[in-house]
Parts: sequence; structure tokens; C-alpha cells
Amino acid sequence: MNPVSSFFHGVADRFRALPRWGRLVVLAVVVVLVYFLPILNPPVITTPDSDFGAVLFLCAMYALVAIGLNIVIGYAGLLDLGYIGFFAIGAYTVGVLGSAHAKVPLLLCIPAAMAVTLISGVVLGAPTLRVRGDYLAIVTLGFGEIVRLILVNADKLTNGNRGISGIPTPPSLDLFGVPHLVWDGFVARVDLDNQTRFIKFSVVDSIPYYWLALTLVFFVLFLDWRMQNSRVGRAWEATREDEDAAELMGVPTFRFKLLAFATGAAIGGLSGALFATKQQFINPDNFTILYSVLFVAMVVVGGQGNRWGVVVAAALLTYLPERFRDLSDARFLLFGLALMALAIFRPQGLMPARRNVRAKRADEETEVLEEGAAHA
Amino acid sequence: MPDATKGPAGDSRPDANEPPKDLADEASVTKADEHRGTRVDDDSVLPPDEEAVPDTSVDISVEEVAHLPKGKMLEVDDVTLRFGGVTALDGVSFHINTGEILGLIGPNGAGKTTCFNVMTGVYQPTSGQARFMGEPLGKRQKFQITKLGIARTFQNIRLFHNMTAMENVLVGADAHHSTGMGSALLRLPKHKAEEAEGNDRAYELLRFMGLEKRADELARNLPYGDQRRLEIARALATNPKLLCLDEPAAGFNPAEKARLMELIQTIREQGYTVLLIEHDMKLVMGVTDRIVVLEFGKKIAEGLPAEIQDNPAVIAAYLGVDEDAS
Repeated sequence: MNPVSSFFHGVADRFRALPRWGRLVVLAVVVVLVYFLPILNPPVITTPDSDFGAVLFLCAMYALVAIGLNIVIGYAGLLDLGYIGFFAIGAYTVGVLGSAHAKVPLLLCIPAAMAVTLISGVVLGAPTLRVRGDYLAIVTLGFGEIVRLILVNADKLTNGNRGISGIPTPPSLDLFGVPHLVWDGFVARVDLDNQTRFIKFSVVDSIPYYWLALTLVFFVLFLDWRMQNSRVGRAWEATREDEDAAELMGVPTFRFKLLAFATGAAIGGLSGALFATKQQFINPDNFTILYSVLFVAMVVVGGQGNRWGVVVAAALLTYLPERFRDLSDARFLLFGLALMALAIFRPQGLMPARRNVRAKRADEETEVLEEGAAHA
Repeated sequence: MPDATKGPAGDSRPDANEPPKDLADEASVTKADEHRGTRVDDDSVLPPDEEAVPDTSVDISVEEVAHLPKGKMLEVDDVTLRFGGVTALDGVSFHINTGEILGLIGPNGAGKTTCFNVMTGVYQPTSGQARFMGEPLGKRQKFQITKLGIARTFQNIRLFHNMTAMENVLVGADAHHSTGMGSALLRLPKHKAEEAEGNDRAYELLRFMGLEKRADELARNLPYGDQRRLEIARALATNPKLLCLDEPAAGFNPAEKARLMELIQTIREQGYTVLLIEHDMKLVMGVTDRIVVLEFGKKIAEGLPAEIQDNPAVIAAYLGVDEDAS
């Protein structure tokens, strides 16, 4: 076992060993901490060169993207290199409906964005999911570029390169203020002048957006867990493992692949919508092919098929370049080197999917026995 | 349910005897473990070198399968299959009766597996057709044929390697389930009922195959023989009317082969119809009711095992004409 995964598995095992109430308490503490992270603004962890709240928002948003792409790549085994296309369609649906051509309130724009991306997922998937493996990757790669080029050229609908501005924010409540902590070295003090309004969405404060994105992450994780632990999740995994055998065991593989593709697309659309409402301005440059690569990197780095792994990887891959902004351009070099090191030393990702505790223990026992046999 | 419906195995195995049997089993397992000096707790896993023992007393019969009308279940009617210039199957006709074990034998490359593939929808015949329960299989998709009631195993093991043994069987059981995304997300009663049914069925089959202690192991970590048995369990989980086994004993030693044949007998006794491809003539003779022999894509003989044994064409095909020279 290598140290990274044994650390994560060790934490997971200890967590599982707790009684039910203990697990709930730990979970509650972690969730509260995560929500309050930008308020606490802890030294060392915080990003000195950029707005910590905005960075955390991006982490949560990309986590959402990674969860969606993990369904497509991790569960169903379909390599999708054009995921940015769905993200863009989601963002532009909100832009077009909410600002450019109508003034639909955001709460209606978001389901519309998900519906449009779901449909575009089906439209893309129906003809292309008949090809497998590398061919599918190339087709989806093309899809991502096609979407971007349409955004550039469909001037009447999307304003072309000028983009869409004035995208609506979510409705605000503005109930009370939450004062931030300010750190003087390692001594904290409550800063009453600097408050985040609960809950007021505006350009000046990213924290409410972070809370919204985080809530969506938890909600989608919950749905993801329910899907995976059902006939649907098993069908996806069986298809990934051996498509022909799955088909011969009664799994309508094409239908389930399409379902995975459409579900992933809808989640991509949701994160795109979130991006649009946070930025309030979008243009085609936000949706270049590089992001597709970054998204796939998140899933692969996290460990395909492990929802917590891809969430952690998405957050890390977003956070680290922001945290080390003072290294200027060298950070991308280091980032690339880190990814290469990971590919060489840990090709299965930071936290590869683990079936369950007993399966893992069985694995280890087999390993020990085999080693024993080798020494004898 | 009256006893008679349980098939021949039900008579010698009254339900009242089952609990003590289970207890006895557990006791024997514990004893064996004490003997080896290893501590075993409830959810322990079997060491990989220990042979799993099938428990053939487990009732795996299914109502809908056990009460099929007698007669021809599957008819292969003058099926020809050509790949370019190669004729893999040439006017092959035979049928399988409900409740029998039919052996499909022949030398390497005779077209046995190809014949399987036509029956399970992997290949479309060039001419002729296969009919199942009177319905032509025609252009049905593979998963639809499985739902009709034909399940198979593979000559080269094709389990879902990164899923646990239990999950492998659950995928099979899902063939007769219909939970979709909606009921899975909302945890509707249908989802719960089907999960419970699937779990029961899968566990029952794992016990039957002696794999219950390996339920949570990844399929790829199972010993070879267990993988073969798991494939059969997965196929049985689809509630097949016809179970097609493609060389299930490949790679087994003679003792393991004999045990597997007993297992197949038990499966038949519980109401399933079995089509068996096997290389080893002697084994096939012992376990099958009738035998069809293929050679070079043609049927060269069909009949009772005793007849096949003495058929000169079969002997020639199998042993070569030069029998005495070897």
C-alpha cells in the first residue's frame, strides 16, 4: 500500500469504526467547518494573492463538474473529452434566457439550463455512443470545439465574441451579517467591519456563491450515491467492465450509456449555470478545450469512480495554482510536473475507487499470502 | 407450494431438515479452521488456497422456470452462418427439450461456440433461424434474448473483474428488474423490493455455488475454479429457462470436473434446462441426456450418449481415423 491511499483509507476506516452518532457528529463538524472556511480565513490555507471566497467558489464549482464527469468516465467508462461543451451550454442557456434575449429569473434559468444540456447530451450521445474507447474520445473532443465555435459564430443568439453580460444573480435574502475573522500571525480577531451578508449575492462578495455551490455539491453527491448503489450504478459498472458480457447478462448497455452521458451532461450544465451567475459575464473564451482536459485531469487524479476522490482532486487542482500564485508562471510548470509524477507513480489516482472495506481486506490478505508464498 | 413442484431434489430434501444442515455446515467449517489454526470470525474471507464447496442442498429453483410445458424449448432450424468465405455453421438443425441436459460436442473449431453465439444473439445467422419457446430469435438484441430466458457463460471467463462476486451476481439478477433512475433516486418501494429480491437471490446462488464467503471479494481476486462457478451463478441469477455453459470445466482437473458435472446435474434437477459444450467426451457421456456432435460446422451425429459413443463418424472426428496408431 502506498502512503497516500493508506492515509485516506486509514481515515475512512476509522470513520467507519465510529458508532452511528459519532459519525454524525464528525460529519456535522466537517460540514460546518467547510461552510465556514472563507469566514475563518485560516492562515497558511488562505490564498494571499486572490480572494479566498472566490477561490473556494471555484473549488466547489469544479467539484460539481468532477462529480458529473465521474459518472461518465468513472462509472460508465466513457472517455468524454468534450465536457466543457456541456458546461458552456449550461452557462449560455442562463445567459441567453436571463439576460441577452429575455429576463427570466435565475431560479427558472437553472432548471432550463439542466434540461437543455440533458437534451444536448442525448443528442450527442445517441449517434456517438455506438463507437467505443478512443473513437468516442475523439468525437467528444470535436463536440467541445463545435460548441465553442457555435458560440462564437451564432452572433444573433450569443453576441459572438462580445459575450453576454448582466446575467442575473440568485434571489437574495439578506437576513443578517456574518463577521469575518482576521488573523494577526496566528492570533484571530473578529472583524465587525467586514461582514458577509446572509445571504446576499453580489459582485463584491463571493462567499454566498460558495455556500450555494457547496450546497449543490452535497446535494448532487447524495444523489450520486443513491444512483451508484442501485441497479443503475451496477449496470454502468458492468458496462465499463465488459460491455459484451453485460449485454449478454441482460443489461441494455446502450440505454445505460446514454443515461450516464445525459446525467453527466445535466450536472455539467448545472455547474455552467453556476459559473454564469457568479461571473455575470460570459464569452466563448471561458470555454476553451483546455478546460475539458483539466476536467478529465480532475477525475483521473482523484481516482476514477470514487466520488470523494474526484471532489478532493477538483478542489486541489483549483486551489493549488491559486495558492501559489506568487510563484507566477513557474506554478504551471510545477503543476505539470506534479501531474506527470502522479501519472508515473500513482496511475490509479490519489484515491482510487474501493469496493468496500471487506473487499479491501480480502485484497490485502491475498497480497500477504502471495508474498508469503513468494518467500517460502 | 406442493412438494412435487420442487423437482426431484425436493423429495429427498424436506424443508424441516435444512436448519440442522446449515448448523452442521457451520460447525464443520469452524472445525476445519481450528484445525488449521487460523482465527475466523463471522465476516472473514476464505484464504485463496481453500477450495470452496458448493452446497447443492440450497433451493435455487424459480417458479417461472420450473413449470414450463414439456416439449421443444429451443429449436435450431437449418442454421447457416458464413463469415466471408468461411462457413462456420452449415445447415445445423437440432433442438433442446425442456428439462434435459443436451451436450454439444465436437473437436476444436467445429463451431460449438459459434452455435452458442447464434442462440444468444451475438451473431445473426446467414440463413435459417433459431426459435426459443416457439418464437424466432430473429433480430432481437442480446439483452432481450437474455430476458426471454437464455443465459450463458463464456469459454474465456468474462466476469466483471472489478466488481465483487456479489455484485456480479446482482447484475445478473437485475436482468428481470426494471428499476430506473427515478426510483433509484427517490428510493421508491420498487427499488427497495427489487434490491431485496436481488440480494436474496444472489446470496442463495452464492451459497449454492459455495461462494458465500467470497461474496465481497473482487471477482478478479477469486481462484480460477471459483471464477468459473461465479459465472454460472451470474447466469443463473437471470432466471434462465435455458442455461448455456460454454466449456465450464475448461482448465479443471478430473476431480474438479466430476464435481462440476454433479453440480450441473443438481441445477437440472432444480428445474433448469442445460445446454453444455464440453470437450471431454467421458464427462459429457456421464451427465447428458442427449448429445449433438458438430464437426467443421456440420452436425455429424445426434442421439443418446451410448449411441454417440459407438458412432463411427464421431470416433473418426474425435480420435482421427488412425485411432490405433496413437
